[in-house]
Amino acid sequence: MSLDHATVRRIASLARIRLEDHEVEPLCHELNGILGWIEQLNEVDITGIAPLTGAANMAASLRADVVTDGGYPDKVLANAPERIGDFYVVPKVVE
Amino acid sequence: MLTDLTIAAARDGLRAKEFSAVDLTMAHLHAIEALNPRLNAFITVSHARAVDQARAADVALAAGEQRALTGIPLAIKDLFCTEGVRTTAGSKILAPFVPPYESTVTANLLRDGAVFLGKANLDEFAMGSSNMTSAYGPVENPWKRRQDDTAVLVPGGSSGGSAAAVSARLAMGATGTDTGGSIRQPASFCGLVGVKPTYGRCSRWGVVAFASSLDHPGPFARTVQDSAILLGSMAGHDPKDSTSAALAVPDFEAACRRGVKGLRIGIPREYRSDGMPVEIDALWQQGIGWLRAAGAEIVDVSLPHTRYGLATYYIVAPAEASSNLARYDGVRFGAREKGLDLRDLYERTRAEGFGAEVRRRILIGTYVLSAGYYDAYYLRAQKIRALILKDFTDAFGKVDALLAPTAPSAAFAQGENMDDPIQMYLNDLFTVPANLAGVPAASVPAGLDANGLPLGLQVIGKPFDEETVFAVSAAIEQAASFTALPSLRAGG
Repeated sequence: MSLDHATVRRIASLARIRLEDHEVEPLCHELNGILGWIEQLNEVDITGIAPLTGAANMAASLRADVVTDGGYPDKVLANAPERIGDFYVVPKVVE
Repeated sequence: MLTDLTIAAARDGLRAKEFSAVDLTMAHLHAIEALNPRLNAFITVSHARAVDQARAADVALAAGEQRALTGIPLAIKDLFCTEGVRTTAGSKILAPFVPPYESTVTANLLRDGAVFLGKANLDEFAMGSSNMTSAYGPVENPWKRRQDDTAVLVPGGSSGGSAAAVSARLAMGATGTDTGGSIRQPASFCGLVGVKPTYGRCSRWGVVAFASSLDHPGPFARTVQDSAILLGSMAGHDPKDSTSAALAVPDFEAACRRGVKGLRIGIPREYRSDGMPVEIDALWQQGIGWLRAAGAEIVDVSLPHTRYGLATYYIVAPAEASSNLARYDGVRFGAREKGLDLRDLYERTRAEGFGAEVRRRILIGTYVLSAGYYDAYYLRAQKIRALILKDFTDAFGKVDALLAPTAPSAAFAQGENMDDPIQMYLNDLFTVPANLAGVPAASVPAGLDANGLPLGLQVIGKPFDEETVFAVSAAIEQAASFTALPSLRAGG
Protein backbone atom coordinates (compact mmCIF):
# COMPACT_ATOMS: atom_id res chain seq x y z
CA MET A 1 0.00 0.00 0.00
CA SER A 2 1.61 3.20 -1.15
CA LEU A 3 0.31 6.67 -0.41
CA ASP A 4 -0.26 9.14 -3.25
CA HIS A 5 -0.44 12.91 -2.90
CA ALA A 6 -4.22 12.94 -2.69
CA THR A 7 -4.18 10.47 0.21
CA VAL A 8 -1.55 12.47 2.08
CA ARG A 9 -3.71 15.58 1.69
CA ARG A 10 -6.77 13.65 2.87
CA ILE A 11 -5.00 12.33 6.00
CA ALA A 12 -3.69 15.80 6.82
CA SER A 13 -7.20 17.15 6.44
CA LEU A 14 -8.58 14.43 8.76
CA ALA A 15 -5.83 15.32 11.28
CA ARG A 16 -6.58 19.05 10.86
CA ILE A 17 -2.99 19.89 9.97
CA ARG A 18 -2.54 22.46 7.21
CA LEU A 19 -0.12 21.36 4.49
CA GLU A 20 1.56 23.74 2.06
CA ASP A 21 1.90 22.47 -1.51
CA HIS A 22 5.67 22.11 -1.28
CA GLU A 23 5.35 19.90 1.85
CA VAL A 24 3.26 17.18 0.20
CA GLU A 25 5.96 15.44 -1.85
CA PRO A 26 8.64 15.10 0.89
CA LEU A 27 6.00 14.00 3.41
CA CYS A 28 4.64 11.45 0.93
CA HIS A 29 8.16 10.05 0.56
CA GLU A 30 8.75 9.85 4.33
CA LEU A 31 5.39 8.29 5.15
CA ASN A 32 5.82 5.69 2.40
CA GLY A 33 9.25 4.86 3.80
CA ILE A 34 7.77 4.22 7.25
CA LEU A 35 4.74 2.30 5.94
CA GLY A 36 6.99 0.21 3.69
CA TRP A 37 9.12 -0.74 6.69
CA ILE A 38 5.99 -1.65 8.67
CA GLU A 39 4.97 -4.11 5.91
CA GLN A 40 7.27 -6.68 7.60
CA LEU A 41 4.40 -7.32 10.02
CA ASN A 42 2.58 -9.15 7.22
CA GLU A 43 5.01 -12.07 7.75
CA VAL A 44 3.51 -12.82 11.17
CA ASP A 45 0.81 -15.48 11.46
CA ILE A 46 -1.94 -13.87 13.54
CA THR A 47 -4.61 -16.54 12.98
CA GLY A 48 -6.79 -16.95 16.06
CA ILE A 49 -4.94 -14.29 18.11
CA ALA A 50 -7.07 -11.89 20.14
CA PRO A 51 -5.91 -8.25 19.93
CA LEU A 52 -4.24 -6.74 23.01
CA THR A 53 -5.56 -3.26 23.65
CA GLY A 54 -3.53 -2.31 26.70
CA ALA A 55 -0.25 -3.11 28.36
CA ALA A 56 -1.80 -4.81 31.34
CA ASN A 57 -4.64 -7.24 30.89
CA MET A 58 -6.45 -5.52 33.71
CA ALA A 59 -10.18 -5.19 34.24
CA ALA A 60 -11.53 -1.67 33.90
CA SER A 61 -11.96 -0.11 37.32
CA LEU A 62 -15.39 1.12 38.29
CA ARG A 63 -16.37 4.05 40.47
CA ALA A 64 -19.59 5.70 41.57
CA ASP A 65 -21.08 7.94 38.88
CA VAL A 66 -20.89 11.15 40.88
CA VAL A 67 -19.31 14.58 40.37
CA THR A 68 -15.92 14.59 42.12
CA ASP A 69 -14.36 17.76 40.80
CA GLY A 70 -15.13 21.14 39.29
CA GLY A 71 -16.70 24.43 40.25
CA TYR A 72 -13.77 26.66 39.36
CA PRO A 73 -14.31 28.18 35.90
CA ASP A 74 -11.42 30.63 36.32
CA LYS A 75 -8.92 27.78 36.74
CA VAL A 76 -10.41 25.93 33.78
CA LEU A 77 -10.32 29.02 31.58
CA ALA A 78 -6.96 30.33 32.83
CA ASN A 79 -5.12 29.00 29.76
CA ALA A 80 -7.69 30.00 27.14
CA PRO A 81 -6.09 31.80 24.19
CA GLU A 82 -9.19 34.01 24.06
CA ARG A 83 -12.17 34.23 26.40
CA ILE A 84 -15.19 36.40 27.15
CA GLY A 85 -16.52 35.86 30.65
CA ASP A 86 -16.76 32.13 31.26
CA PHE A 87 -16.67 31.26 27.53
CA TYR A 88 -13.98 30.30 25.06
CA VAL A 89 -13.97 32.47 21.96
CA VAL A 90 -13.75 30.92 18.49
CA PRO A 91 -14.38 32.28 14.99
CA LYS A 92 -18.06 32.51 14.10
CA VAL A 93 -19.44 29.01 13.36
CA VAL A 94 -23.15 29.69 12.75
CA GLU A 95 -24.25 32.54 10.48
CA MET B 1 31.05 18.56 46.69
CA LEU B 2 27.41 18.47 47.68
CA THR B 3 26.46 17.93 44.03
CA ASP B 4 28.41 14.65 43.94
CA LEU B 5 26.40 13.05 46.74
CA THR B 6 23.94 10.27 46.12
CA ILE B 7 20.38 10.79 47.33
CA ALA B 8 20.98 8.18 50.04
CA ALA B 9 24.11 9.99 51.29
CA ALA B 10 22.41 13.41 51.14
CA ARG B 11 19.52 12.01 53.18
CA ASP B 12 21.99 10.93 55.88
CA GLY B 13 23.86 14.23 55.72
CA LEU B 14 20.65 16.23 56.13
CA ARG B 15 19.59 14.10 59.07
CA ALA B 16 23.02 14.55 60.73
CA LYS B 17 22.81 18.34 60.08
CA GLU B 18 26.13 18.24 58.18
CA PHE B 19 24.55 20.70 55.73
CA SER B 20 21.12 22.24 55.25
CA ALA B 21 18.55 21.62 52.53
CA VAL B 22 19.10 25.22 51.40
CA ASP B 23 22.86 24.51 51.05
CA LEU B 24 22.09 21.45 48.97
CA THR B 25 19.58 23.23 46.72
CA MET B 26 21.82 26.30 46.29
CA ALA B 27 24.73 24.07 45.24
CA HIS B 28 22.56 22.61 42.49
CA LEU B 29 21.14 25.99 41.44
CA HIS B 30 24.70 27.32 41.09
CA ALA B 31 25.63 24.28 39.02
CA ILE B 32 22.62 24.91 36.78
CA GLU B 33 23.62 28.56 36.41
CA ALA B 34 27.13 27.53 35.37
CA LEU B 35 26.34 24.63 33.03
CA ASN B 36 22.77 24.91 31.78
CA PRO B 37 23.51 27.66 29.23
CA ARG B 38 25.69 25.05 27.49
CA LEU B 39 23.84 21.78 28.22
CA ASN B 40 20.28 23.16 27.81
CA ALA B 41 19.06 20.41 30.13
CA PHE B 42 16.37 22.64 31.67
CA ILE B 43 13.66 24.50 29.77
CA THR B 44 12.51 26.28 32.94
CA VAL B 45 14.49 26.77 36.16
CA SER B 46 12.18 27.47 39.12
CA HIS B 47 14.82 29.13 41.28
CA ALA B 48 12.63 30.97 43.81
CA ARG B 49 10.24 28.06 44.23
CA ALA B 50 13.14 25.64 44.81
CA VAL B 51 14.62 27.87 47.53
CA ASP B 52 11.20 28.13 49.23
CA GLN B 53 10.82 24.35 49.14
CA ALA B 54 14.34 23.89 50.54
CA ARG B 55 13.57 26.32 53.40
CA ALA B 56 10.42 24.36 54.18
CA ALA B 57 12.52 21.17 54.18
CA ASP B 58 14.91 22.73 56.71
CA VAL B 59 11.99 23.65 58.96
CA ALA B 60 10.73 20.05 58.74
CA LEU B 61 14.20 18.65 59.44
CA ALA B 62 14.62 20.95 62.46
CA ALA B 63 11.33 19.57 63.79
CA GLY B 64 12.70 16.04 63.34
CA GLU B 65 10.41 15.30 60.39
CA GLN B 66 12.33 13.62 57.59
CA ARG B 67 10.42 11.91 54.84
CA ALA B 68 11.82 9.84 51.94
CA LEU B 69 13.00 12.87 49.93
CA THR B 70 12.99 15.81 52.34
CA GLY B 71 15.26 18.50 50.86
CA ILE B 72 16.40 16.40 47.86
CA PRO B 73 16.66 18.58 44.69
CA LEU B 74 15.23 16.95 41.56
CA ALA B 75 14.66 17.77 37.89
CA ILE B 76 11.16 17.15 36.51
CA LYS B 77 10.71 16.19 32.87
CA ASP B 78 8.67 18.96 31.26
CA LEU B 79 5.94 16.46 30.46
CA PHE B 80 4.66 16.34 34.07
CA CYS B 81 2.13 19.07 34.82
CA THR B 82 3.33 21.22 37.70
CA GLU B 83 0.85 23.62 39.26
CA GLY B 84 1.76 27.21 38.50
CA VAL B 85 4.96 26.26 36.61
CA ARG B 86 4.89 26.33 32.81
CA THR B 87 4.73 22.86 31.22
CA THR B 88 5.66 22.76 27.52
CA ALA B 89 6.08 19.06 26.60
CA GLY B 90 8.97 20.40 24.48
CA SER B 91 6.44 21.82 22.03
CA LYS B 92 5.67 25.29 20.72
CA ILE B 93 1.99 24.48 20.96
CA LEU B 94 2.20 24.36 24.77
CA ALA B 95 4.57 27.34 25.11
CA PRO B 96 2.01 29.45 27.02
CA PHE B 97 0.60 26.59 29.13
CA VAL B 98 0.69 26.93 32.93
CA PRO B 99 -1.12 23.95 34.51
CA PRO B 100 -3.65 24.76 37.22
CA TYR B 101 -2.99 21.31 38.75
CA GLU B 102 -0.15 19.01 39.80
CA SER B 103 0.45 15.55 38.28
CA THR B 104 0.02 12.67 40.72
CA VAL B 105 3.66 11.56 40.41
CA THR B 106 5.05 15.03 41.17
CA ALA B 107 2.47 15.51 43.94
CA ASN B 108 3.77 12.26 45.50
CA LEU B 109 7.35 13.56 45.32
CA LEU B 110 6.31 16.87 46.93
CA ARG B 111 4.40 14.97 49.64
CA ASP B 112 7.71 13.25 50.44
CA GLY B 113 9.56 16.56 50.75
CA ALA B 114 11.37 16.81 47.38
CA VAL B 115 12.63 20.14 45.99
CA PHE B 116 11.94 20.82 42.29
CA LEU B 117 14.77 22.69 40.55
CA GLY B 118 12.94 23.06 37.28
CA LYS B 119 11.52 21.44 34.17
CA ALA B 120 13.82 19.28 32.08
CA ASN B 121 14.11 19.40 28.29
CA LEU B 122 12.76 16.56 26.15
CA ASP B 123 11.90 15.56 22.62
CA GLU B 124 8.65 17.23 21.54
CA PHE B 125 5.76 15.33 23.18
CA ALA B 126 8.38 12.68 24.10
CA MET B 127 8.66 11.66 20.43
CA GLY B 128 12.32 11.05 19.71
CA SER B 129 15.49 9.25 20.77
CA SER B 130 17.98 12.14 20.76
CA ASN B 131 16.27 15.22 22.24
CA MET B 132 16.75 16.82 18.79
CA THR B 133 13.01 17.34 18.22
CA SER B 134 12.54 19.72 21.19
CA ALA B 135 11.19 23.14 20.21
CA TYR B 136 13.48 24.51 22.96
CA GLY B 137 16.71 23.35 21.34
CA PRO B 138 18.84 20.23 21.62
CA VAL B 139 20.51 19.02 24.85
CA GLU B 140 24.23 18.35 25.02
CA ASN B 141 25.34 15.05 26.54
CA PRO B 142 27.84 15.82 29.37
CA TRP B 143 29.95 12.86 28.18
CA LYS B 144 32.62 13.38 25.49
CA ARG B 145 34.40 11.02 23.13
CA ARG B 146 37.91 10.43 24.43
CA GLN B 147 39.45 10.89 20.97
CA ASP B 148 37.29 13.83 19.91
CA ASP B 149 36.06 16.08 22.70
CA THR B 150 34.71 18.65 20.23
CA ALA B 151 31.87 16.43 18.96
CA VAL B 152 28.58 17.38 20.63
CA LEU B 153 26.81 14.14 21.53
CA VAL B 154 23.10 13.66 22.16
CA PRO B 155 21.91 12.58 25.63
CA GLY B 156 19.38 10.21 24.05
CA GLY B 157 15.67 10.76 24.30
CA SER B 158 13.06 11.50 24.86
CA SER B 159 14.00 12.26 28.50
CA GLY B 160 17.32 13.82 27.38
CA GLY B 161 17.24 16.86 29.68
CA SER B 162 16.50 14.71 32.73
CA ALA B 163 19.42 12.39 31.91
CA ALA B 164 21.88 15.23 31.16
CA ALA B 165 20.90 17.08 34.36
CA VAL B 166 21.48 14.07 36.65
CA SER B 167 24.65 13.04 34.81
CA ALA B 168 26.20 16.54 35.02
CA ARG B 169 25.26 16.84 38.72
CA LEU B 170 22.71 19.59 38.11
CA ALA B 171 20.13 17.46 39.97
CA MET B 172 20.35 14.45 42.31
CA GLY B 173 17.63 12.59 40.44
CA ALA B 174 14.92 13.22 37.88
CA THR B 175 11.59 12.03 36.61
CA GLY B 176 11.26 10.71 33.10
CA THR B 177 8.69 8.91 31.00
CA ASP B 178 9.30 5.83 28.90
CA THR B 179 6.97 5.06 25.98
CA GLY B 180 9.44 3.09 23.83
CA GLY B 181 12.72 3.48 25.71
CA SER B 182 12.70 7.16 26.68
CA ILE B 183 14.10 6.52 30.18
CA ARG B 184 16.34 3.51 29.54
CA GLN B 185 18.07 4.69 26.34
CA PRO B 186 19.08 8.14 27.73
CA ALA B 187 20.15 6.44 30.98
CA SER B 188 22.42 4.19 28.91
CA PHE B 189 23.77 7.17 26.89
CA CYS B 190 24.50 9.24 30.03
CA GLY B 191 25.86 6.56 32.40
CA LEU B 192 22.83 6.53 34.71
CA VAL B 193 20.33 4.14 36.21
CA GLY B 194 16.90 4.53 34.60
CA VAL B 195 13.82 2.55 35.59
CA LYS B 196 10.63 1.96 33.65
CA PRO B 197 8.32 0.31 36.17
CA THR B 198 5.38 -1.97 35.38
CA TYR B 199 2.50 -0.34 33.50
CA GLY B 200 0.09 0.83 36.21
CA ARG B 201 2.72 1.22 38.94
CA CYS B 202 3.06 5.01 38.50
CA SER B 203 0.00 7.12 37.76
CA ARG B 204 -0.19 8.82 34.37
CA TRP B 205 -2.59 11.46 35.69
CA GLY B 206 -1.27 14.91 34.85
CA VAL B 207 1.44 13.58 32.53
CA VAL B 208 1.01 15.02 29.03
CA ALA B 209 -0.17 11.98 27.06
CA PHE B 210 1.75 10.57 24.07
CA ALA B 211 0.59 6.93 23.74
CA SER B 212 -1.55 6.10 26.75
CA SER B 213 -1.18 2.30 26.69
CA LEU B 214 2.63 2.62 26.44
CA ASP B 215 3.49 5.68 28.59
CA HIS B 216 5.31 4.84 31.85
CA PRO B 217 6.61 7.46 34.32
CA GLY B 218 9.83 6.44 36.09
CA PRO B 219 13.02 7.73 37.73
CA PHE B 220 16.62 8.57 36.76
CA ALA B 221 19.40 8.44 39.36
CA ARG B 222 23.14 7.81 39.63
CA THR B 223 22.77 4.61 41.69
CA VAL B 224 20.33 1.71 41.80
CA GLN B 225 19.50 2.49 45.43
CA ASP B 226 18.69 6.13 44.58
CA SER B 227 16.40 5.03 41.75
CA ALA B 228 14.64 2.70 44.20
CA ILE B 229 14.13 5.58 46.67
CA LEU B 230 12.64 7.74 43.89
CA LEU B 231 10.35 5.04 42.50
CA GLY B 232 9.11 4.26 46.01
CA SER B 233 7.90 7.84 46.25
CA MET B 234 6.55 8.19 42.69
CA ALA B 235 4.57 4.92 42.68
CA GLY B 236 1.21 4.09 44.17
CA HIS B 237 -2.45 3.62 43.36
CA ASP B 238 -4.28 6.66 41.98
CA PRO B 239 -8.05 6.60 41.49
CA LYS B 240 -7.63 9.42 38.93
CA ASP B 241 -5.86 7.02 36.50
CA SER B 242 -8.14 4.11 35.63
CA THR B 243 -5.11 2.01 34.62
CA SER B 244 -3.32 2.61 37.92
CA ALA B 245 -2.82 -0.65 39.83
CA ALA B 246 -4.45 -0.96 43.26
CA LEU B 247 -1.37 -2.56 44.77
CA ALA B 248 0.76 -1.62 47.76
CA VAL B 249 4.20 -0.16 46.95
CA PRO B 250 6.90 -2.61 48.07
CA ASP B 251 10.12 -1.53 49.80
CA PHE B 252 12.21 -1.15 46.62
CA GLU B 253 15.24 0.09 48.55
CA ALA B 254 15.34 -3.12 50.63
CA ALA B 255 15.06 -5.17 47.43
CA CYS B 256 18.40 -3.70 46.24
CA ARG B 257 20.12 -5.69 49.01
CA ARG B 258 18.55 -9.06 48.18
CA GLY B 259 21.30 -10.40 45.96
CA VAL B 260 20.77 -12.75 43.02
CA LYS B 261 21.74 -16.08 44.58
CA GLY B 262 19.45 -18.76 43.20
CA LEU B 263 17.71 -16.46 40.70
CA ARG B 264 17.22 -17.74 37.18
CA ILE B 265 18.28 -15.12 34.63
CA GLY B 266 17.12 -15.54 31.03
CA ILE B 267 19.27 -14.48 28.10
CA PRO B 268 16.95 -13.76 25.17
CA ARG B 269 18.75 -14.98 22.07
CA GLU B 270 16.76 -12.72 19.70
CA TYR B 271 18.37 -9.62 21.25
CA ARG B 272 21.62 -10.56 19.53
CA SER B 273 21.21 -8.56 16.33
CA ASP B 274 23.53 -9.00 13.36
CA GLY B 275 24.78 -5.43 13.34
CA MET B 276 25.41 -5.27 17.09
CA PRO B 277 28.75 -3.62 17.91
CA VAL B 278 31.28 -6.12 19.29
CA GLU B 279 31.79 -4.17 22.50
CA ILE B 280 28.08 -4.20 23.34
CA ASP B 281 27.96 -7.95 22.85
CA ALA B 282 31.13 -8.28 24.95
CA LEU B 283 29.60 -6.19 27.74
CA TRP B 284 26.48 -8.37 27.65
CA GLN B 285 28.65 -11.50 28.03
CA GLN B 286 30.47 -9.83 30.90
CA GLY B 287 27.13 -9.07 32.59
CA ILE B 288 26.16 -12.73 32.23
CA GLY B 289 29.46 -13.66 33.89
CA TRP B 290 28.89 -11.21 36.76
CA LEU B 291 25.45 -12.59 37.55
CA ARG B 292 26.67 -16.18 37.34
CA ALA B 293 29.54 -15.34 39.71
CA ALA B 294 27.02 -13.76 42.11
CA GLY B 295 25.11 -17.02 42.28
CA ALA B 296 22.45 -16.70 39.57
CA GLU B 297 21.64 -19.48 37.16
CA ILE B 298 21.85 -18.42 33.50
CA VAL B 299 19.18 -19.79 31.15
CA ASP B 300 18.94 -19.40 27.38
CA VAL B 301 15.43 -18.20 26.44
CA SER B 302 13.59 -17.24 23.26
CA LEU B 303 11.33 -14.24 22.64
CA PRO B 304 10.52 -15.09 19.03
CA HIS B 305 8.54 -11.93 18.14
CA THR B 306 11.19 -9.45 19.34
CA ARG B 307 12.08 -8.40 15.79
CA TYR B 308 8.51 -7.25 15.15
CA GLY B 309 8.36 -5.07 18.26
CA LEU B 310 9.54 -1.86 16.65
CA ALA B 311 7.20 -1.97 13.63
CA THR B 312 4.29 -2.87 15.94
CA TYR B 313 5.21 0.09 18.12
CA TYR B 314 5.24 2.43 15.11
CA ILE B 315 1.59 1.58 14.48
CA VAL B 316 0.29 1.52 18.06
CA ALA B 317 2.15 4.60 19.36
CA PRO B 318 1.28 6.97 16.46
CA ALA B 319 -2.33 5.72 16.50
CA GLU B 320 -2.71 6.60 20.17
CA ALA B 321 -0.78 9.84 19.68
CA SER B 322 -3.01 10.99 16.83
CA SER B 323 -5.98 10.62 19.16
CA ASN B 324 -4.32 12.12 22.26
CA LEU B 325 -2.93 15.12 20.38
CA ALA B 326 -6.32 15.97 18.90
CA ARG B 327 -6.88 18.12 22.00
CA TYR B 328 -4.37 20.74 20.79
CA ASP B 329 -6.83 22.80 18.82
CA GLY B 330 -5.96 26.35 19.82
CA VAL B 331 -9.27 26.82 21.62
CA ARG B 332 -9.01 25.79 25.27
CA PHE B 333 -5.30 26.10 26.04
CA GLY B 334 -1.94 26.42 24.32
CA ALA B 335 -0.89 28.48 21.35
CA ARG B 336 -3.41 29.66 18.72
CA GLU B 337 -2.96 30.86 15.15
CA LYS B 338 -5.57 33.12 13.59
CA GLY B 339 -7.84 31.47 11.01
CA LEU B 340 -10.51 32.50 8.55
CA ASP B 341 -12.94 30.10 10.18
CA LEU B 342 -12.83 27.46 12.92
CA ARG B 343 -11.41 24.74 10.67
CA ASP B 344 -8.74 27.06 9.32
CA LEU B 345 -7.87 28.05 12.92
CA TYR B 346 -7.39 24.36 13.84
CA GLU B 347 -5.30 23.59 10.78
CA ARG B 348 -3.03 26.62 11.07
CA THR B 349 -2.63 26.21 14.85
CA ARG B 350 -1.57 22.57 14.48
CA ALA B 351 0.69 23.15 11.44
CA GLU B 352 2.45 25.99 13.25
CA GLY B 353 2.48 24.45 16.74
CA PHE B 354 3.73 20.91 16.01
CA GLY B 355 7.25 20.09 14.80
CA ALA B 356 8.05 17.79 11.87
CA GLU B 357 8.36 14.51 13.84
CA VAL B 358 5.12 15.09 15.74
CA ARG B 359 3.25 15.94 12.53
CA ARG B 360 4.67 12.81 10.89
CA ARG B 361 3.47 10.58 13.72
CA ILE B 362 0.02 12.17 13.86
CA LEU B 363 -0.36 11.55 10.12
CA ILE B 364 0.80 7.91 10.37
CA GLY B 365 -1.58 7.40 13.29
CA THR B 366 -4.47 9.00 11.46
CA TYR B 367 -3.81 6.82 8.43
CA VAL B 368 -3.59 3.48 10.30
CA LEU B 369 -6.84 4.25 12.12
CA SER B 370 -8.70 5.46 9.02
CA ALA B 371 -11.55 3.56 7.40
CA GLY B 372 -10.29 0.74 5.21
CA TYR B 373 -6.83 0.52 6.84
CA TYR B 374 -7.72 -0.12 10.48
CA ASP B 375 -7.72 -3.93 10.17
CA ALA B 376 -4.63 -4.12 7.98
CA TYR B 377 -2.52 -1.98 10.30
CA TYR B 378 -3.94 -1.25 13.73
CA LEU B 379 -5.78 -4.50 14.42
CA ARG B 380 -2.86 -6.56 13.09
CA ALA B 381 -0.46 -4.61 15.34
CA GLN B 382 -2.66 -5.23 18.39
CA LYS B 383 -2.59 -8.96 17.65
CA ILE B 384 1.20 -8.99 17.29
CA ARG B 385 1.35 -7.03 20.54
CA ALA B 386 -0.51 -9.95 22.14
CA LEU B 387 2.14 -12.33 20.74
CA ILE B 388 4.93 -10.16 22.15
CA LEU B 389 3.29 -10.23 25.60
CA LYS B 390 2.94 -14.02 25.28
CA ASP B 391 6.69 -14.27 24.52
CA PHE B 392 7.42 -12.58 27.86
CA THR B 393 4.80 -14.61 29.76
CA ASP B 394 6.28 -17.84 28.39
CA ALA B 395 9.84 -16.77 29.23
CA PHE B 396 8.85 -15.76 32.76
CA GLY B 397 7.47 -19.26 33.26
CA LYS B 398 11.11 -20.38 33.20
CA VAL B 399 13.12 -17.45 34.58
CA ASP B 400 12.90 -14.65 37.18
CA ALA B 401 14.34 -11.86 35.03
CA LEU B 402 15.97 -11.22 31.64
CA LEU B 403 19.32 -9.59 30.84
CA ALA B 404 19.90 -7.77 27.53
CA PRO B 405 21.65 -4.68 26.18
CA THR B 406 19.74 -1.40 26.55
CA ALA B 407 20.59 0.27 23.25
CA PRO B 408 22.30 -0.84 20.03
CA SER B 409 24.96 1.92 20.32
CA ALA B 410 26.57 4.43 22.64
CA ALA B 411 25.59 8.12 22.40
CA PHE B 412 25.88 9.49 18.85
CA ALA B 413 26.60 13.03 17.72
CA GLN B 414 24.00 15.71 17.06
CA GLY B 415 23.06 15.49 13.39
CA GLU B 416 23.71 11.75 13.12
CA ASN B 417 20.75 9.44 12.40
CA MET B 418 18.74 12.47 11.26
CA ASP B 419 18.34 11.81 7.52
CA ASP B 420 15.96 8.88 7.77
CA PRO B 421 13.31 8.62 10.53
CA ILE B 422 13.68 4.81 10.62
CA GLN B 423 17.41 5.07 11.45
CA MET B 424 16.42 7.04 14.58
CA TYR B 425 13.62 4.60 15.43
CA LEU B 426 16.12 1.68 15.49
CA ASN B 427 17.59 3.10 18.73
CA ASP B 428 14.61 1.63 20.55
CA LEU B 429 14.98 -1.89 19.15
CA PHE B 430 15.76 -3.48 22.54
CA THR B 431 13.59 -1.25 24.73
CA VAL B 432 10.26 -1.21 22.88
CA PRO B 433 9.18 -4.82 23.66
CA ALA B 434 8.98 -4.09 27.42
CA ASN B 435 6.65 -1.16 26.71
CA LEU B 436 4.39 -3.25 24.49
CA ALA B 437 4.21 -5.93 27.22
CA GLY B 438 4.07 -3.45 30.13
CA VAL B 439 6.77 -5.34 32.07
CA PRO B 440 9.27 -3.50 34.30
CA ALA B 441 12.79 -2.86 33.01
CA ALA B 442 15.85 -0.91 34.11
CA SER B 443 19.07 0.24 32.47
CA VAL B 444 22.23 0.07 34.59
CA PRO B 445 25.60 1.58 33.56
CA ALA B 446 27.91 -1.39 33.05
CA GLY B 447 30.95 -0.22 31.11
CA LEU B 448 32.54 2.12 28.58
CA ASP B 449 33.04 1.74 24.84
CA ALA B 450 36.35 2.37 23.06
CA ASN B 451 35.52 6.10 22.97
CA GLY B 452 35.05 6.20 26.74
CA LEU B 453 31.27 6.52 26.45
CA PRO B 454 28.92 4.73 28.85
CA LEU B 455 26.95 1.63 27.87
CA GLY B 456 24.02 0.20 29.81
CA LEU B 457 22.69 -3.28 30.40
CA GLN B 458 18.96 -3.84 30.64
CA VAL B 459 17.22 -5.95 33.28
CA ILE B 460 13.61 -6.92 32.46
CA GLY B 461 11.30 -8.39 35.11
CA LYS B 462 7.88 -9.94 35.63
CA PRO B 463 4.85 -7.64 35.92
CA PHE B 464 4.86 -5.88 39.33
CA ASP B 465 8.13 -7.56 40.30
CA GLU B 466 10.33 -4.44 40.23
CA GLU B 467 11.95 -5.85 43.37
CA THR B 468 13.77 -8.54 41.38
CA VAL B 469 14.71 -5.91 38.77
CA PHE B 470 16.30 -3.84 41.56
CA ALA B 471 18.05 -6.89 43.04
CA VAL B 472 19.58 -7.86 39.68
CA SER B 473 20.41 -4.24 38.81
CA ALA B 474 22.21 -3.80 42.14
CA ALA B 475 24.24 -6.96 41.51
CA ILE B 476 25.33 -5.63 38.10
CA GLU B 477 26.13 -2.22 39.60
CA GLN B 478 28.28 -3.85 42.27
CA ALA B 479 30.17 -6.06 39.82
CA ALA B 480 30.64 -3.30 37.22
CA SER B 481 31.86 -0.76 39.82
CA PHE B 482 31.19 1.97 37.28
CA THR B 483 33.11 5.02 38.49
CA ALA B 484 33.73 6.93 35.24
CA LEU B 485 32.58 10.55 35.24
CA PRO B 486 31.27 12.79 32.45
CA SER B 487 33.57 15.58 31.21
CA LEU B 488 30.99 18.29 31.86
CA ARG B 489 29.80 18.28 35.46
CA ALA B 490 29.40 20.55 38.43
CA GLY B 491 32.84 21.32 39.83
CA GLY B 492 34.44 19.25 37.05
